Amino acid sequence: MTFEEIKKKLSRYTVGIAGAGGLGSNCASSLVRSGIGRLVIADFDIVSHSNLNRQFFFTDQVGMPKVDALKINLERISSESVVEAYNLKLDNNNIANLFKDCDIIVEAFDRSDMKLMFAETLAAELPGTPLIMGSGVAGWGGNEELRSRKVDDTLYICGDEKAEVSGQLPPIAPRVTIVSNMQANIVLEILLKR
Amino acid sequence: MKITLNNREETFAQESMTVTELLESKNMTFKMRIVKVNGKLIKREQYDNEVIRDGDNVDVIYLMSGG
Repeated sequence: MTFEEIKKKLSRYTVGIAGAGGLGSNCASSLVRSGIGRLVIADFDIVSHSNLNRQFFFTDQVGMPKVDALKINLERISSESVVEAYNLKLDNNNIANLFKDCDIIVEAFDRSDMKLMFAETLAAELPGTPLIMGSGVAGWGGNEELRSRKVDDTLYICGDEKAEVSGQLPPIAPRVTIVSNMQANIVLEILLKR
Repeated sequence: MKITLNNREETFAQESMTVTELLESKNMTFKMRIVKVNGKLIKREQYDNEVIRDGDNVDVIYLMSGG
């Protein structure tokens, strides 16, 4: 497939991204560069200085809602992708309605309890939609431990599935960005096969 | 019974066991996890009731904070 053919195909699809932090902002950037048709992105947080070690934001955006800043940054990459940005906290009452039109959904939360809530809600309410999760991004090094795997047709996991964020093991750009791009890469793999 | 647990074949003396019993016997103590039995996600409150039998395909996925 030429890149023109890839873009044409991807332009027909919508990807949901739950969270606009380290995983979500960088995954969105790669999907827009690849020519995805539409993104539905939700996050309730605002950009802070501590986010800039890994998230796709800039110093002059500190204080802005993440989804608003991300939409601006994505539109600077390309005007061909439609970016729907929702500044809200996702919970089990709004997830299904927000992501119901998505062909694939990327889980991009920071907290593991949110990851679990999201997976449980989607399994109950949008059971056929493939979900691509991130688990195990903290720290540095260990390239050989980062992986992605398919659990079944509706669940994929990216990361080392081991490293948990802590004061001594922070999330930093290289590993977080690698995993976010593993997620974007699976999106392409699934959609370009259709 | 013989089951597939995270893509590996495992043999147990019991003919069946609940999700709770399986997690205990494999010492899978980390609480933030997804359990799937034959592709169906099993919520935590169902762990005591969901029975795993010979031939079942079980996935236990740990969810680590960070993103």
